[in-house]
Amino acid sequence: MRNLLLLVLLLPGLCARAQEKGYAVGAVVTDFKLKNVDNNTVSLASYPDARGYIVIFGCNSCPVSRGYENRMVALQEKFSGKGFPVIMINPNDPEVASSESFADMQQHARKSSLNFPYLEDPGQVVTRRFGALRTPHVFVLQKTPKGIVVAYIGAIDNDPDNGNAQKINYVQNAVNSLLAGQQPEVTFTKAVGCGVKSKG
Amino acid sequence: MVVLQTLLLSAHAQQVRLATLDQLEQRFAAGRDTTYIINFWATWCGPCVQELPHFERFGKTLQHTPVKVLLVSLDARSKLKNEVMPFVQKAKLKNEVLLLNETDQQQYIDRISPQWSGSIPATLFINKRKQLRRLEEKEFTYDQLLALYNSLK
Repeated sequence: MRNLLLLVLLLPGLCARAQEKGYAVGAVVTDFKLKNVDNNTVSLASYPDARGYIVIFGCNSCPVSRGYENRMVALQEKFSGKGFPVIMINPNDPEVASSESFADMQQHARKSSLNFPYLEDPGQVVTRRFGALRTPHVFVLQKTPKGIVVAYIGAIDNDPDNGNAQKINYVQNAVNSLLAGQQPEVTFTKAVGCGVKSKG
Repeated sequence: MVVLQTLLLSAHAQQVRLATLDQLEQRFAAGRDTTYIINFWATWCGPCVQELPHFERFGKTLQHTPVKVLLVSLDARSKLKNEVMPFVQKAKLKNEVLLLNETDQQQYIDRISPQWSGSIPATLFINKRKQLRRLEEKEFTYDQLLALYNSLK
């Protein structure tokens, strides 16, 4: 009887968790500790000098994500020295999506000459916590006195084919604003991308 | 010979037309009691390509009911001739295929559905008369597709 009562009490909590939508702009982020393709673990705390982070959910197999990799490498070159390093997390469950295993990730990082950490997320725990839904899906984070806070969620730019002269570089603009001590003008964008592959 | 083959092919295979969101909405509005099932896909999207046969089977099975399946490709317009058309011909798709003639994702994703993050595959169910407009951001099996359609009737 007591167990049953406990279950009834717990159930709404479980349901709420299943419907969790992830971080919104302004949310305080919980640190994570995930394995990088070089076998070392990486967390936000691994960067004591960082002023923020460019966390990108990306993967091996999605053509949209791959099409953006040169631009991700450029973001790392441009902003890691200014205190906004790029960290990429693979949100896909390798048991659901072939070609997303840790070994595949290692190979992919080498082949694409990624200049930033590329982390696996066993059980998609961090992916769910962020609420990453597609690849690529970017979260720009800022270190503040109240913790590490989400400042921008969305696309890298509005030009997946990389040929638009009227391109708006959302992530670059957001980070530049934060570096200038201001909040980004655009804090949320949507983009067509590959759905995250996970169980349930 | 090659010319003849090309002619024969194009005579049988459907042409993929461009459609703006306005054109699609006009069609839905004029659809009376028709339920439109609009699958957003792209040639580059593996899971989308995998679920297309389910939409084909669904369209064929329900061809005498007021249901219209539209396969709306989100491929770039520049890929229409060299990638989308050959794909549609090779896969012998019978459902009507369109290529979305919109460029501003910040606009069109929300116009299609505020609930949509933009990830594909995604499928929109519309019936104007029933004021139905529901977006499912997921992959469907045939049974799931049929079950959802039946539950919306």
